[in-house]
Amino acid sequence: MSAGVGVNLENLWIRFGDFVAVRDANVNINGGDFFSFLGPSGCGKTTILRSVSGFLDPSEGRVLIGGNDMAGIGPNKRPTALIFQNLALFPLMKVWENITFSMEIKGASAKERRKRADELLDMIALPGQGDKLPSELSGGQKQRVAIARALCAEPDVLLLDEPLSALDLKLRQHMRTELREIQKRVGITFIYITHDQGEALTMSDNIAVMKAGIIDQIGDGKTVYNDPSTAFVASFVGENNVFRGKVKEIRGDEALIATNRSGDLVSRISTANQGKMNVGDEAMMFIRPEALSIAETGTSGDHFVTAKVNHEEFEGNSFNIFTEGDGGKEIKVSIPNLGQTFEDHTGQQITLEYETQNAVAVPAGELATE
Amino acid sequence: MKNGFLKNFYQHNGKVMGTALLVIISFWIGVLIILPQLSMLDYSLREYLPSGEVGDYTLKNYRHLIYGAEGASDPYNYVDLKVFMRTIIAAICVTIFNLILCYPIAFFLGQVAKGMKLRVFALLLIIPYWINEILRAFALKIIFGATGMINAVLIGMGILDEPFDFIRADIALYAGLGYAYILLMVFPMYNVIESLDGNQIEAARDLGAPWWRIHARIVIPYAKPGISSGATMVFMLSAGALAAPQILGGPSSLWFTQIIYQWFNDGGNWSQGAAYAIVLLTSCIIIVLAFMKLFKVNMGDIGK
Repeated sequence: MSAGVGVNLENLWIRFGDFVAVRDANVNINGGDFFSFLGPSGCGKTTILRSVSGFLDPSEGRVLIGGNDMAGIGPNKRPTALIFQNLALFPLMKVWENITFSMEIKGASAKERRKRADELLDMIALPGQGDKLPSELSGGQKQRVAIARALCAEPDVLLLDEPLSALDLKLRQHMRTELREIQKRVGITFIYITHDQGEALTMSDNIAVMKAGIIDQIGDGKTVYNDPSTAFVASFVGENNVFRGKVKEIRGDEALIATNRSGDLVSRISTANQGKMNVGDEAMMFIRPEALSIAETGTSGDHFVTAKVNHEEFEGNSFNIFTEGDGGKEIKVSIPNLGQTFEDHTGQQITLEYETQNAVAVPAGELATE
Repeated sequence: MKNGFLKNFYQHNGKVMGTALLVIISFWIGVLIILPQLSMLDYSLREYLPSGEVGDYTLKNYRHLIYGAEGASDPYNYVDLKVFMRTIIAAICVTIFNLILCYPIAFFLGQVAKGMKLRVFALLLIIPYWINEILRAFALKIIFGATGMINAVLIGMGILDEPFDFIRADIALYAGLGYAYILLMVFPMYNVIESLDGNQIEAARDLGAPWWRIHARIVIPYAKPGISSGATMVFMLSAGALAAPQILGGPSSLWFTQIIYQWFNDGGNWSQGAAYAIVLLTSCIIIVLAFMKLFKVNMGDIGK
């Protein structure tokens, strides 16, 4: 198996009338990568997928697959296969006919198709189920049949449009692992669309985080999670506490932020913004709930936050404290449950502590809405 | 089982409403459908007596369709049999023609047109049917006539030197029959095609299918119940049409219903007319069932 076929989006714009669905997207997807577009619904990620599959022509810019410009090439002629959100299995065809539909079109004999269907059914762990109708399968089984049907077309690029969203939580988590394994086995490029950051983080080699038609950041899961380049990425990927304020001082790759309600706090500047943030700029600082811990009361300094506890909850693996925060939003503190005893802080002022490297500062921007 | 159904039916509709519904449905089926057909069957099996008395049971009326009047020179009733065959074949042709014409319309309405476009298009289809069937037939007669619009256009364009007799060639009749039942073909098909998940069409395309293959493998199999109920209605109504053949038929072309009409009205021989009508009805049902069997359509699917 070769390294796989890459996909490039060059200055891609997609407009519907006056509405700009995708704004100047530039993405290089390496061959054989598991690449995710992550963003809230309506951010344009499905639109990008449809332009790669050929159902939609870009208003401007190019889509290249394996270096070839796809302009004017219809979806039935592209080396892509799309897995729809609702799977779109053909209800009147048996499972084996569904899987080998692409071979039927090329004129393969029923015997060849049967053989290939059996191989693929073995691969997706559904041996001997070829003669069933899709309606006789469970949600997870249908999911796998849809994958097999797409793989049977031997695409260079497999496109997946939130295919797990209809499944229940347990199955969804199981299918994540399975999808990743299938991708590694077949070695082709997967482009995956999701609004679920858990899915994107667990499966992807690289992630593009999108907001309202704009790609905010492209990077691997760790980068996107630990080193967000915008306030949107910081607040959309994983849980995060936000502290608003102004840059008071720049110390190399760290900044001292004069926050609106928690005094001066020190933070690392995210890689993409180093050298770009100046004293006096509006800034936002993010600290993950698990990066905060309770310090001795009364301690103060540029990495201590004092706040009044609103309420607390026990979540099993962690103990969560919610305190008054900035702009009506609470600060969440997660303390891992290692069997220690927790005292009730409700109503008390507590001091929270963090390490500078666990706080990240970005220019002020739009936050993701829950 | 039956009690269970009745109990459920009453629970769902209430005592008063349930009873009212049962009475109405029984009246409809019994008095308006079954009884007239039974009396027709009874008539067809009785000897015709000009005095108006009730004759004895006989198969004479059916014999007449096949062998003609007793003592006739031909061994078979060629005239009536020919009209009968012609009617059936023409009705099948009209049905096929309508199917070919209406499938693209139904597909356009069901999958392509959206919102305002859909409503305008549907309205354009429906409005002509506000006009009475006989008026529409006469309008077609005028359009297809020797001095009608079509001849005028064809002569004006230099395609024809002299008017073509569309009516004698039965083209006007087939057009009229086809036009009369377009809606009955379009709407059942539209109903089914509209419920087809558009992603399936895209999935097929994505997997490499050209457009005709998408129709052959995805849309038509899915639309089969709608196609069969539309085709059944058009076939039954075409074979049983009277106004269109009367108005648009050429001087020499009789439709089987016209013969039935003549037996009842002009001849006053109800028994003979009833026998012809029963033969037409039974033949049509057999043909429909045969086609359903051929295309593997279940009776239950038709209602979908």
